[in-house]
Amino acid sequence: MRKTYKLYIGGAFPRSESGRSYPVHASDGTLLAYAAQGSRKDARDAVVAARKAFGSWSGATAYNRGQILYRVAEMLEGRAAQFAAEVSATEGTADAEAEVAAAIDRWVWYAGWSDKVAQVAGAANPVAGPYFNFSVPEPAGVVAIIAPAESSLLGLVSVIAPVIVTGNTAVVVASERQPLPAVSLAEVLATSDLPAGVVNVLTGRPAELAPVLAGHMDVNAIDLTGIDPAGRQALEQLAAGNIKRVFYRNEPWATMPGPQRLLSFLEIKTVWHPAGT
Amino acid sequence: MAKASRAAEAAGQAAALARGSEPGPAAPVWQYAPAPESRDVVSVEPEYGLFVAGAFRPAADGRTFATVNPATEEPLAQVAAAGPADVDAAVAAARSAYEQVWGPMPGSERAKYLYRVARQLQERSREFAVLESLDNGKPIKESRDVDIPLAAAHFFYYAGWADKLEYAGFGPGPRPLGVAGQVIPWNFPLLMAAWKLAPALAAGNTCVLKPAETTPLTALLLAEVCQQAGLPPGVVNVVTGAGDTGAALVSHPGVNKVAFTGSTEVGKEIAAAVAGTGKKLTLELGGKAANIVFDDAPIEQAVEGIVNGIFFNQGHVCCAGSRLLVQESVADTVVERLRQRLTTLRLGDPLDKNTDIGAINSSQQLARISELTQAGEAEGAERWSPPCQLPDRGYWFPPTVFTGVSQSHRIAREEIFGPVLSVLTFRTPDEAVTKANNTPYGLSAGIWTDKGSRILWLAQKLRAGVVWANTYNRFDPASPFGGYKESGYGREGGRHGLAAYLDV
Repeated sequence: MRKTYKLYIGGAFPRSESGRSYPVHASDGTLLAYAAQGSRKDARDAVVAARKAFGSWSGATAYNRGQILYRVAEMLEGRAAQFAAEVSATEGTADAEAEVAAAIDRWVWYAGWSDKVAQVAGAANPVAGPYFNFSVPEPAGVVAIIAPAESSLLGLVSVIAPVIVTGNTAVVVASERQPLPAVSLAEVLATSDLPAGVVNVLTGRPAELAPVLAGHMDVNAIDLTGIDPAGRQALEQLAAGNIKRVFYRNEPWATMPGPQRLLSFLEIKTVWHPAGT
Repeated sequence: MAKASRAAEAAGQAAALARGSEPGPAAPVWQYAPAPESRDVVSVEPEYGLFVAGAFRPAADGRTFATVNPATEEPLAQVAAAGPADVDAAVAAARSAYEQVWGPMPGSERAKYLYRVARQLQERSREFAVLESLDNGKPIKESRDVDIPLAAAHFFYYAGWADKLEYAGFGPGPRPLGVAGQVIPWNFPLLMAAWKLAPALAAGNTCVLKPAETTPLTALLLAEVCQQAGLPPGVVNVVTGAGDTGAALVSHPGVNKVAFTGSTEVGKEIAAAVAGTGKKLTLELGGKAANIVFDDAPIEQAVEGIVNGIFFNQGHVCCAGSRLLVQESVADTVVERLRQRLTTLRLGDPLDKNTDIGAINSSQQLARISELTQAGEAEGAERWSPPCQLPDRGYWFPPTVFTGVSQSHRIAREEIFGPVLSVLTFRTPDEAVTKANNTPYGLSAGIWTDKGSRILWLAQKLRAGVVWANTYNRFDPASPFGGYKESGYGREGGRHGLAAYLDV
């Protein structure tokens, strides 16, 4: 039976409210499937879902978030063959199994950061006075991600995992030409104890969806990695409207990353209290 | 009944006076003799030039502007207005210093210069304090005890990082960014210059600093200190001027890093101007902080914290506790004690060591405060100020408290940046969190309660970069400072403050 590739918003799999879809082709040009062509309204709905999920996901213990992300890795592993087939078809990759294995490793690597980042990025601050003073990292909030146009699975998990592991929630725009692994990843997330709305996946045209997310007043940060350098300026200008944190970095996805991407979607909170009798 | 209670009140007053303890109701306002700091400790030059490539010089087109003493409206000096050609020259000097001297210099050598600057700030602190109060209007006790010591401490703190960047936790071999363009506000002129320059220089960058138009003098005196400390020419450049100078600086193609402290409105313009250039940007913008008082808080301490939170520096503080959220059951008591306390504040000559409230920094700022407070009245909030004699000349605004404020009022939503407090109430901790976070800003917050678990719970829930619990408006070079949401991004202070000036 052929699969229907839909959007993933608030834990559900709706079609685009616009009723649009677009054909997805394999690297050799054959038709693979039709994907939902998400609309501006779908993007706004996804932001609402991500905001709704933010309180409980950011308030969950780091241990709990880590456990859920490990569970996602387990489910990825269980569907490795399906992902390899999709990656192979859409990217024409010779060794799709290796890319899937790398994606699972990447996810596990980020999962482990959940209960370590506060110790690496936080601090006890030796202020010159009788105060207890400490700094802790906290998630920035709702993060929009324009996923890499290439590397439909490894690149995708490499931009989602570092955002959500610290407690952010995400609205992800999948690669336009290679969206199928993103929809399958959404199916994995939906069956992995990840609360609804923590990750929302839109397929469609980044040129149509990215401006909505960049200009949205309830989005706190945006990752423009999947946007061509020529397209960044206009989106960054939109992002300035509510002082969004803007990040982009096209990495060689096969190389192990450092923690910079994860640290870029954090706020540092500093708390003071007098010390005395 | 009324008579009896008045008698009891009088008796209580007498008892309080006899004990010499906490003032009871209607505490007496003690008369203080003037205790002015000497203006002669600093020589204010009639004219100031730009500081470019280690030397002071006029603007290329010879333009100048006046900086005035806001307490008297008397012009203090004429200051060079830097145009695009001057900004070009300053950026070129900074680039050359970066490539030839400061960038290649070992961190241990950079550190020595920064220690020297810190020491000279300490040695000349009295001069700096008087000059700051003259140009800004803030009380001398604040410039003397807060601004100048903290500025020196900031240089001292970051000096020590200059040769330890490898161990700052940003991975191996962190690199400076190059030339930093830094635009600072008028509320803490020298301190903001220190917050910008010290970490940038420690990390190995060179700087072009644009002080605020109304308060350029201490930055120029700091330039003289840099000169006397032997800082190589071009490492620090100061270009004075108005908004157009700042705009020319942040959009200059030779600048690698932009740092701005000021209003959210201008911050958005700068973020848009920098868009697509790849320049690293950090912003420290406006705030509308909630100062939350619970019914179990020690009320007298909380009142001191409320006063410090909103009336420190005439409320010209981005992290000012401008929204008082007080638990309904103690709201009347807190407001009453607050009013009593405010009647004891002394407003007047910034150079008088007894002064609590100085001058508003400029006529434009005074107009904005007046406009917003009028809106507060027009929207139905109740306005109160203590009996307060304002000086005849200069820019002044009395401490003002609005009660009956709702969340939709402009005075509860917009940053007033003046000595104006809006009082709102709440019943439950959850309601306090919701109201505190109901703002596009997220710079700071205050909590007053005796319950430790509640402090920690609230500190987690508040979407703000700095949370003061049972204290307010504390600053330290080791303590990261900066906002969530529209209060900006990046941190200043501490190890985190280095990240703004390294390629991490």
